[in-house]
Amino acid sequence: MSQAEFYQRDRERHPPALTPDYKTSVMRSPRAALISLQQSVSEITGPVFGHNDIDPIDNDLIHNYAKDGESAIGERIIMHGRVLDENGRPVPNTLVEAWQANAGGRYRHKKDTYLAPVDPNFGGCGRTITDENGYYFFRTVKPGAYPWRNWVNNWRPAHIHLSVFGTSFSQRLITQCYFEGDPLIAKCPIVKTIPTQDGIDSLVAALDLNATVPLDSIAYKFDIVLRGRRSTLFENRLEGN
Amino acid sequence: MVQKLDYLKETPSQTAGPYVHIGLAPGAAGFDIYRQELGWDIAGPNAKGERIRVEGIVIDGTGNPVKDVLIETWQANADGVYAHPESEGEVEEGFRGWGRVITDFETGEWGFDTVKPGPVKARKSLGTGPLHPPAHAGDDWLGRGDEGHEDMAPHINLWIVARGINIGLNTRLYFDDEAEANAKDPVLNLIEWHNRRPTLIAKRSERDGKVVYRFDIRLQGEGETVFFDI
Repeated sequence: MSQAEFYQRDRERHPPALTPDYKTSVMRSPRAALISLQQSVSEITGPVFGHNDIDPIDNDLIHNYAKDGESAIGERIIMHGRVLDENGRPVPNTLVEAWQANAGGRYRHKKDTYLAPVDPNFGGCGRTITDENGYYFFRTVKPGAYPWRNWVNNWRPAHIHLSVFGTSFSQRLITQCYFEGDPLIAKCPIVKTIPTQDGIDSLVAALDLNATVPLDSIAYKFDIVLRGRRSTLFENRLEGN
Repeated sequence: MVQKLDYLKETPSQTAGPYVHIGLAPGAAGFDIYRQELGWDIAGPNAKGERIRVEGIVIDGTGNPVKDVLIETWQANADGVYAHPESEGEVEEGFRGWGRVITDFETGEWGFDTVKPGPVKARKSLGTGPLHPPAHAGDDWLGRGDEGHEDMAPHINLWIVARGINIGLNTRLYFDDEAEANAKDPVLNLIEWHNRRPTLIAKRSERDGKVVYRFDIRLQGEGETVFFDI
């Protein structure tokens, strides 16, 4: 039975808690330093999901909330990629959840009051479980940009929110996926909470013409990397740990 | 120049944003889409142990409730076993030990029902540090020793996301009726400032014959909850 720990999180790759240009973070960020833990069974385990938890339609946002015979309005896209760990190994059978605004930049949420209309055939959420190669895909419409109150005139670039579990609670991750070529990426205070350009680039999905469905949907590829894990220690073989 | 290490880098976190409910709890966003939402039943019908409710509020640096927060919970069963293949032992059928908790949008109050977890086996020497660690050094907050291998007091692991939180915050909830176990807990003992330890202890009371623990989380400032880098 393996009890190996996961590599420590590279905090220089993630946004810090306090990022003043993203104003909401100012009063919601701890001031004390995080206490670093060596991992116990509480951290190296996490919830396990199976195909009984979800339905096959759940990853098709074009149809999973649409009336029979109808579909969501917008640019039809396939968002696909793999969930990997830092060792480059696929993470199979893990739950991936997605949510987004509709093509007009409006969320189906009782707290969203943006003037763009709700699409009656679009819920805006999906979920799937990676296959044995860590592969996942969603069928959806490309979300629209939308304004938000930060400075008086901020616009979020088009983005899809993604939630991923991995195999342990310490791998839990929520992020956002942006789209190649969007000029709003470089102007967004939330994107710019990420301290490095390399980190920002890793959140931009690439146009993937090879994966398009001709005369149907354009495709973007977005790989997700979760924390990697040490190999199990064998007392007679200390290398590799 | 040297050779390149061929590790990949972890995908950076981004805030869950104000509309996190659409993805993780669409009913709360105001619509019904899935056959079943995940995380509403933490313990299932067959779990043994004491049935409890946990309630609280998340408070920001101005002292106001955070009304759009989402919390995930991860806990062992009453025997201290996690529903995961790497936790030694069995859990009851239907026990997942994982939950999703959302707030009342008006008040920021949240709550969840579960069973009280049991003590959890100590971490082993996991291949880091000395193979035969020295005896636990007590208040060794300089952290140059191994954390020690006492069993952990009953606890629930929490992960907190919201608009304005750039990367999910990890903390632990312990129980105030477990004072003896808490005093020996290797994680609580790692917190150098004794006066911060109580921020992780939920307070037990009874209401209408039900056991309720109160656990408020302060994101910032006086009484700031201890958060962990796990």
